[in-house]
Amino acid sequence: MPIPTPFHAKTSALTASHEWSNWSGFLAAVMYEPYHEHEYYSIRNSAGLLDVSPLYKYEIKGPDAVFHADRIMTRDITKCEIGQIMYTPWCDEDGKVIDDGNIARLGKDHFRITAADPNLRWFQDCGYGLESEVVNVSDELAALALQGPNSRKILKEIVVGADLDKLQYFWLTEAKIDDFPITITRTGYTGDLGYELWVHPKQAERLWDIIFETGTNYGLSPFGLAALDMARIEAGLVLIEVDYNSSHKAVIESQKSSPYEIGLGWAVKFGENKFIGRRALEEEKVQEPEWTFIGLEIDWVDLESLFSRKNLPPQVTGRASRAALPIYLQSDHIGQATSITFSPLLKKYIALGSVRTNAAKIGTPVKLEVTVEYTRQAVDAVIVKPKFFNPKRKRSLGTDE
Amino acid sequence: MNKYDAIIIGGGHNGLVAAAYLAKAGKKVIVLERRHILGGAAATEEIYPGFKFTVFSYVVSLLRPEIVRDLNLPKHGLTILPLESTITPLPDGDYLYRDIDHHRTLRNIARFSERDAEAYEEYSRSMYFMAKAVKYILGIIPPDPTSLKPKDLLGLLEMSKHFLGIGEEQFFTLFKLMTMSSADFLEEWFETDPLIATMSASGIIGTFLGPRSPGTAYVLLHHYMGEIDGVFRAWGFAKGGTGAISNSIAGAAREFGAEIRTNAPVSNVIVKNGKATGVALENGDEFLADIIISSLDPKLTFLKLVEENDLPSDLVESIHKFKIRGSSGKVNLALDALPDLSCIPGPGPHLRGAISISPSVDYIERAYDDAKYGEISKQPYIDVIIPSMIDPDMAPPGKHVMSCFVQYAPYELREGTWEQRREELGDNVVNALSEFMPNIKDIILHRQVLSPWDVEQSIGLSQGNIFQGELSLFQLFFLRPASGYAKYNTPIRGYYQCGSGTHPGGGITGTPGRLAALKILKEIN
Ligand SMILES: Cc1cc2nc3c(=O)[nH]c(=O)nc-3n(C[C@H](O)[C@H](O)[C@H](O)COP(=O)(O)OP(=O)(O)OC[C@H]3O[C@@H](n4cnc5c(N)ncnc54)[C@H](O)[C@@H]3O)c2cc1C
Repeated sequence: MPIPTPFHAKTSALTASHEWSNWSGFLAAVMYEPYHEHEYYSIRNSAGLLDVSPLYKYEIKGPDAVFHADRIMTRDITKCEIGQIMYTPWCDEDGKVIDDGNIARLGKDHFRITAADPNLRWFQDCGYGLESEVVNVSDELAALALQGPNSRKILKEIVVGADLDKLQYFWLTEAKIDDFPITITRTGYTGDLGYELWVHPKQAERLWDIIFETGTNYGLSPFGLAALDMARIEAGLVLIEVDYNSSHKAVIESQKSSPYEIGLGWAVKFGENKFIGRRALEEEKVQEPEWTFIGLEIDWVDLESLFSRKNLPPQVTGRASRAALPIYLQSDHIGQATSITFSPLLKKYIALGSVRTNAAKIGTPVKLEVTVEYTRQAVDAVIVKPKFFNPKRKRSLGTDE
Repeated sequence: MNKYDAIIIGGGHNGLVAAAYLAKAGKKVIVLERRHILGGAAATEEIYPGFKFTVFSYVVSLLRPEIVRDLNLPKHGLTILPLESTITPLPDGDYLYRDIDHHRTLRNIARFSERDAEAYEEYSRSMYFMAKAVKYILGIIPPDPTSLKPKDLLGLLEMSKHFLGIGEEQFFTLFKLMTMSSADFLEEWFETDPLIATMSASGIIGTFLGPRSPGTAYVLLHHYMGEIDGVFRAWGFAKGGTGAISNSIAGAAREFGAEIRTNAPVSNVIVKNGKATGVALENGDEFLADIIISSLDPKLTFLKLVEENDLPSDLVESIHKFKIRGSSGKVNLALDALPDLSCIPGPGPHLRGAISISPSVDYIERAYDDAKYGEISKQPYIDVIIPSMIDPDMAPPGKHVMSCFVQYAPYELREGTWEQRREELGDNVVNALSEFMPNIKDIILHRQVLSPWDVEQSIGLSQGNIFQGELSLFQLFFLRPASGYAKYNTPIRGYYQCGSGTHPGGGITGTPGRLAALKILKEIN
């Protein structure tokens, strides 16, 4: 049975839809209103607020903390400056991805990691022989993601002791709201301008109220997982258990993926760093990975015509779909779309997925399986870069605007 | 030398769509717009510092998906935000609320009539089938009916039956839609007065008719047109107001190479030996092209931009008769705070949707009665939205803008002029609103009142008719604007039309512009 997060008194009062899902054992609103479209648009048009407390949070501390973190992560943690955050996968000895998340350097010998899955045992084991410790701080931190074009304006009104105009993408700052301390990271899972706010759980409700008081003037809306899923697909961000499987959970070898196969090759660095799985990945890089992570743009006109043959309007799920669908090149099965959504913003039907590397060229016309009135059909689609939406404001500074 | 392949007169959204399609096809195109900004009836302006008004049109419902795709308008900034509810406040403090929550809507209707709640679903289904039939018509260049010779309405309908391949029963419903009044048509389905009133109101928008006037039922269909496009529907509020739609189309047109000039009023089309060769601006500058396309209304296109003696006399006569009576006004308010509805006090999602001042059919019909005799409606029908609740960038933080579409405001007043009586319209609107929003008078920071005369002055729409000609059956399809000239052509070679005065008519659809461009491209290639 899922349990409440520190924001539950606030979120449950607003969840008119009564639609909850179980996120790592916590109650997480799927949507607040009866329909998620307004929440989705709050992320892209004004500002949205998401309770991300169910994330697993770990800290690595001690004189060998850098060395320890660097052993885990494929990014070069030796280059991570104090106050900086790196998004990175971590792998097993064979270079297969276990999980992905953000690692923030809070101090010289102090890191904080967010993860989708429990990772304490793995992180501790990776530190074998080192003078450092890993602690699970999940229960000590309540967290909110404030995302969208107006998120900075809202924060600027309520935060003291930090210059948010200068806070860069993937950096953090300590500050105060009211009289309690807060860590603000310029991170999120929407591909938009946004921040994540980390406080002690006893401040959670107060934080929620303060953000709402000011946020209302900027079109703030709470949003749930349905809206989040659409936004993260537009941004091309992978989701564990949907777009790939943790190598710790895979049942068969072919269910595992390397970072190269899920679009995270850019986050694998071969420098001074020495991380678990490096040798395997060095080899894979030369040979070329079996799978490539891709975006798909589904041809709406073709979809319309498939449905109109049955005298129906095109029917697609209003929410993002996680039911994987096969992708074909001529009659060859070359891969699968794993996350599919209609993007109301872009007015495009889009998907993320993987195809065999030899068929993954951008611009390749392919077919995607769809079901039209109980019959299997194939709709035209084209392979594109797995990043449909990437606004300038995501990275720009307040002082640029 | 100012020599182009095509010149488009008027930078409203249809002119811009035509320009974008022609430029996309590789033509050298220029758009000449009289005003300092683009968009015509789809324009956003900061009328009061910090407050952006979607000055004329305010919602988008019929912008065609193929245009959004062909021109990739989202890339150029088009974002359609959802407008998910309609509330009709009632004088007794009650209200009728309909929104995207299906069951809540049915419960709300059932408070008035359980039968109506059930009929509501059936009605939507029936309208869906009708809309599907009509959508086809909206997307095609009107065929030439002369071979079929439909002399009367029945002939015309028989022909559409033939075109659309619809069955007897649906044909019968279509016939009713084409001929009945919106109130009568809806009364066949429903018994709840505020429901009938609010729904029938969409049938009178832009017409000089009341909910009980025959021929107003047809427009009811438009509300269901979006359903056919599934998730692609474009029903809502454009981020940045309707001006943002025009700007996104202009962005696409420019990317394809079109040139767009503002502050460039055209005085006339240059015609030599029955062929259009260019245009002259009011300042005397001349631009030459083999193709001249007017996006202005039929009166201006035929009676102002060219000489009557370049046209056949029967056409001149039809255009003189073309009905373009202005009947609507617009009141835009800058507000210091949110209005409070007495039926649901305080903020809430109901303020993100439409607020319809249409408590009963009689209320609207009485508003029409005033107008019939040249009076401003004392208690007008008002369609209200609060754009800043949907797009907070429309007003400073915590402040709001309110858009009030008003009927009726007859272009021809029995007494006085609009210049003298403009504010009376504003007063009637604010008074009517204050019946339902007790705090409205205290929160108004600025008020912009636009009578049909003002609309004519600012964007040139003759008599301020919002659709460049009423959407009545006798002015639709191959009769729009005149028999024989419904295919975007004119009797003058090289001179074309592409505004809302052509098929399929007014509203932000982009279709006249697109179909005209496609027709022209086919002719010249
Ligand atoms: C008050 C009002 C409210 C409305 N509300 C809605 C709504 O909510 N939703 C909806 O879908 N539709 C609405 N409409 C209708 C819709 O806005 C119009 O049908 C549509 O925008 C017309 O577009 P157009 O390009 O055909 O013509 P216009 O927008 O009329 O464009 C014609 C352009 O030509 C320019 N022009 C005029 N004379 C000259 C000249 N001599 N030389 C050069 N340029 C010239 C004008 O300035 C104008 O920019 C509304 C209209 C009005 C007036």
